[in-house]
Amino acid sequence: MDVVIENLPRYLEGFTVTVLLLVVSGLAALVLGTIVAAMRISPVGTLRGVATVYTEIIRNTPLTLVLFFCALILPYLGSRLPYTVAATVALAVYTSPFVAEALRSGINGVPVGQAEAARSLGFGFGQSVTLVIFPQAFRMTIPPLINVFIALTKNTSVAGGFFVVELFTVGKELANANGDAVIAVLLGVATFYLLITVPLGLLAAQLERKWVVQR
Amino acid sequence: MTGASVLFDAPGPKARRRSLIFSIIAGVLVVAALGWMFLTLNAPKESGGITLPGMFDASRWDIYADPEIWSFIIFQGVWGTLRAAIVAAVLAIIIGVLFSLLRSAETAWIRIPTAVVIEFFRGMPVLLMMLFILLVGSTGQYWAVVWALAVYNGALIGEALRAGLVSLPRGQREAGLSLGMRPLQSKMLVEFPQAFRQMLPIIVAQLVVLLKDTSLGYIVGYQELLRVTLNNLSSFYGNRYLFSLFVITWLLYLAMNLSLSWFARWLARRGDRRLRPAKGGPLPEDPSQAILVAQANAAARQSEDNSSR
Repeated sequence: MDVVIENLPRYLEGFTVTVLLLVVSGLAALVLGTIVAAMRISPVGTLRGVATVYTEIIRNTPLTLVLFFCALILPYLGSRLPYTVAATVALAVYTSPFVAEALRSGINGVPVGQAEAARSLGFGFGQSVTLVIFPQAFRMTIPPLINVFIALTKNTSVAGGFFVVELFTVGKELANANGDAVIAVLLGVATFYLLITVPLGLLAAQLERKWVVQR
Repeated sequence: MTGASVLFDAPGPKARRRSLIFSIIAGVLVVAALGWMFLTLNAPKESGGITLPGMFDASRWDIYADPEIWSFIIFQGVWGTLRAAIVAAVLAIIIGVLFSLLRSAETAWIRIPTAVVIEFFRGMPVLLMMLFILLVGSTGQYWAVVWALAVYNGALIGEALRAGLVSLPRGQREAGLSLGMRPLQSKMLVEFPQAFRQMLPIIVAQLVVLLKDTSLGYIVGYQELLRVTLNNLSSFYGNRYLFSLFVITWLLYLAMNLSLSWFARWLARRGDRRLRPAKGGPLPEDPSQAILVAQANAAARQSEDNSSR
């Protein structure tokens, strides 16, 4: 326990990097994922095909492999990106299909009659999506999106394996330095992760319970 | 084309023409990109081209035809990954069954601590758990990977199974009890088999996650596919094969994961449709979502029962 309190500044340093990774790559994944989701429901067959292939391929690639590519293969091919930036890009790309699937499940949850009504009022694709479908899909999308960000929080630890000094790396270093208090050190790291994931999980469950019943 | 997207397809010649134009543009772009790759990537550096040290370089194609390299990749790498994934999957299902039974117990003294333990395992990165077992348990890399994956996925599978138990009609339990079974017997013999069968697609989808997560063994030093191909082989043959080896590794992971996730989707299509969130929508891979869908369905069914009485 003393080890954790003594090293609190280092924990907080790592925690800051973790939160930074989470926020930046989360926002980037949100943007990318929205584009992919829009492509997947668009009337143009080519766009749908490209988005489907992208989703399938990225979803079935391990995150470790994506990070390996960004941290070790890209520099080998001549990229000069700092590791933190490369890791952020990797996390964003890896998370984007999950965001897209969450958005799509929300959109698919809107009854078909709503889209038919929008069409019969003469709305085009853009209008029926922004005025009728999205406002209804949004509330069903939030809980699964929160789950995606919980997974992203945990996934930032993988970046720690590829030269990014964040919470996991700090924990590993502290555990190596304090061989007699490994359990306390690692439980400290776990607490910081739980500090993000558990409240988010409770929020998601709460919102979902509320909205599932209303539907 | 699924769900609501059907409706955005304005039928008629205009949409067809637009689709055709987009297809042509996409085709031209793909051809241009491939042409650019082959023209510039293999050009000598002096003329301004980038020499990609890998699959586009004809002198490095020999690696794809070398049976020794392939046997090393398959018997060390793929086998290392599958060995961990299969043992962890079996353990995860056993742990999941235990968790779901304990968490749906009547006694609060069993239920609440189990819930806390499950939340702890779910909220913590698997990688951290691997490190924990490696440093505290001194089990060696293989068992660290296996146990971390088993416990993490066991917690998630347990939640999925609990969703299955929640979604069953209450009559199933009553039927078991009225046949003279004890509550535990009724749960094990009547309710649980149904819940398991119903949740099989979600469990298999979770096993895809498990298979992907074995690659975390790379970071803690376990000899799995990623480590064997990209560390051992590239340090043996030199870095010039790094990119080719990366492509091989990627394709092998895709082959394993895609076949498993298509199997999950096939199971879901042919199985019970009660738990699917919406027509054409993706599977609720996250068990916490599955629970809420199941609860909503159970509530809806109960109100139907009440109104029909």
